[in-house]
Amino acid sequence: MSVLTKQAPGPAVGAPLGEAPRRRPPRRKNQRSGYLFLLPWFLGMLFTIIPFFASLYLAFTDYNLFTEPNFVGLANFQAMFEDPRLLQSLKVTFIYTFVSVPISLATALLVALILNRGLQGLAIYRSVYYLPSLLGGSVAIVMLWRYIFGNDGIVNGFLGLFGIQGPAWVTDPEFALSTLIVLNVWTFGSPMVIFLAGLRQVPTMYYEAASIDGASKWRQFRSITLPLISPIIFFNLIMQLIGSFQTFTQGYVMSGGTGGPADSTLFYNLYLYQKGFTEFEMGYASAMAWLLLMIIAIFTAINFIASKFWVFYDN
Amino acid sequence: MAILERSPKTKQGKPSRQPAPEDALTGTRGTRFSRHLILCLVGLVMLYPLLWLVSSSLKPSNDIFRQLGLWPENWDFSNYEQGWNALDQPFHVYLINSMIIVVFSIVGNIFSCALAAYAFARMEFTGRKLFFALMLGTLMLPGHVLLVPQYIIFSQLGWLDTYLPLIVPNFMATNAFFIFLMVQFMKALPQELDDAAQIDGCGPFRTFLKVILPLCVPAMATTAIFTFISTWNEFFGPLLYIQNQDLYTVPLALRAFMDSEGQSMWGPMFAMSVVSIAPIIGFFIAGQKYLINGIATTGLK
Repeated sequence: MSVLTKQAPGPAVGAPLGEAPRRRPPRRKNQRSGYLFLLPWFLGMLFTIIPFFASLYLAFTDYNLFTEPNFVGLANFQAMFEDPRLLQSLKVTFIYTFVSVPISLATALLVALILNRGLQGLAIYRSVYYLPSLLGGSVAIVMLWRYIFGNDGIVNGFLGLFGIQGPAWVTDPEFALSTLIVLNVWTFGSPMVIFLAGLRQVPTMYYEAASIDGASKWRQFRSITLPLISPIIFFNLIMQLIGSFQTFTQGYVMSGGTGGPADSTLFYNLYLYQKGFTEFEMGYASAMAWLLLMIIAIFTAINFIASKFWVFYDN
Repeated sequence: MAILERSPKTKQGKPSRQPAPEDALTGTRGTRFSRHLILCLVGLVMLYPLLWLVSSSLKPSNDIFRQLGLWPENWDFSNYEQGWNALDQPFHVYLINSMIIVVFSIVGNIFSCALAAYAFARMEFTGRKLFFALMLGTLMLPGHVLLVPQYIIFSQLGWLDTYLPLIVPNFMATNAFFIFLMVQFMKALPQELDDAAQIDGCGPFRTFLKVILPLCVPAMATTAIFTFISTWNEFFGPLLYIQNQDLYTVPLALRAFMDSEGQSMWGPMFAMSVVSIAPIIGFFIAGQKYLINGIATTGLK
């Protein structure tokens, strides 16, 4: 980081030492000012921890925002497993996650590998690929997607050039979710930038040594690149999973808030929003939030355990 | 979060670390050409939807779905004028509304996250490690778990239909990602800076303000740009807390546009879509360096 070479503009560095012999004062140990610096954060934590436990409590109640919460035990959780729309929303979210996350990570890695070959114009390519990831969650782009995949949209127009009659992507329950999967893959740029930064840290010497020993390019990738960037694959995987479990805007805008057609874009968080804020079943919505938290926790835990077998740390 | 602290990069004393590995600028001319070809094609496919959006915003509504080509046969700039005035308020009202939230969110995030990061990165006090672990834990907490109680709190404070629920949390360092980013940055600054400042009689707050903060401009810029983009795009928060149409942010206004006119006024709707993403693209072009460094840092350190 270039910052290390800069001089502090303040009086700090190189200022005359007033009273002489005191060398190297101890690292600042100042309890009170430490807590003072953290004051906003403490307030924020309070604003996190209290709602955290409040929502755990509400998950066991029947609550509509206007009357007192009514303790109902596990009834919300029981109701969830008999709620076909909830099961549908889980299905939508799982399909979306487990199809789009692997595809976008694989694309991100592949493109990063090609870009890492010291090609000219790296910065331009990187920007072009990265830009969509900043826009993918915006209402404007999801709306645009509706029209691109619309009956007369450019996708069907393009297919028409080859004489293929494309389906009604947006209004056919079989295809609606796939348009959003494409949208998510379109945003592969942000994991790609992280991959690229990781690939640049792999020492060239390893490749030189390997090619002297006669290792093929594929072998070099398998035995050098892949192990050395495995922590980054792991990081991207966790972040992408957590992010896509929480998808909301895409489903909302694509379906006009309903999750349709036929609940085919009813993402989990969209259903949670409908339950909590249009039907005012706040207790049920809280229970849903906790189920999602547990699902995310379980997947993250599985990943951490599995990572012992495939993620390589060199220190 | 071991991943965030360990890195695959070589530590001191390990082999050389060159930016361009492997066959840098080598390969036959043919393979290099084919790589460029693939990359250009992929890039074109990725940019095509955006180019189509811009071109459609300049076509008469009737032409939009009739011509596949990007170049408008009949230019129609009136889409922008029509779109601007299609809703209850002229579109700049929504732009200003969004801007208000964005500006306060940036100030809040920089202020509160820098303070917290300084404490975590450069001070010693009881419980620091525990708090740091707690902070990293909140990084992974899905926001919807807190949603219902926070909504109740805001509604009891009488903050519904105001921007306060969207702004105030940013002043309380609730965005652990930015704290983490700044902690990484501040840890890389030499400890001698604090020591020297202390000898010169600076208290912790002056040291922070006069010595450390000026050196953290790159990290603050990254925070500002990320906050800008995520706040500008934010849909869920405004959807939940803002009912009054006059207070709508840009994404809410666009959604309202689609609901009311989305079946016919394609041109004006695409025009306003272009207006809504233009600031993001502008900030992206201006602040690319900080964005890409910032996002790369999160995965590596």
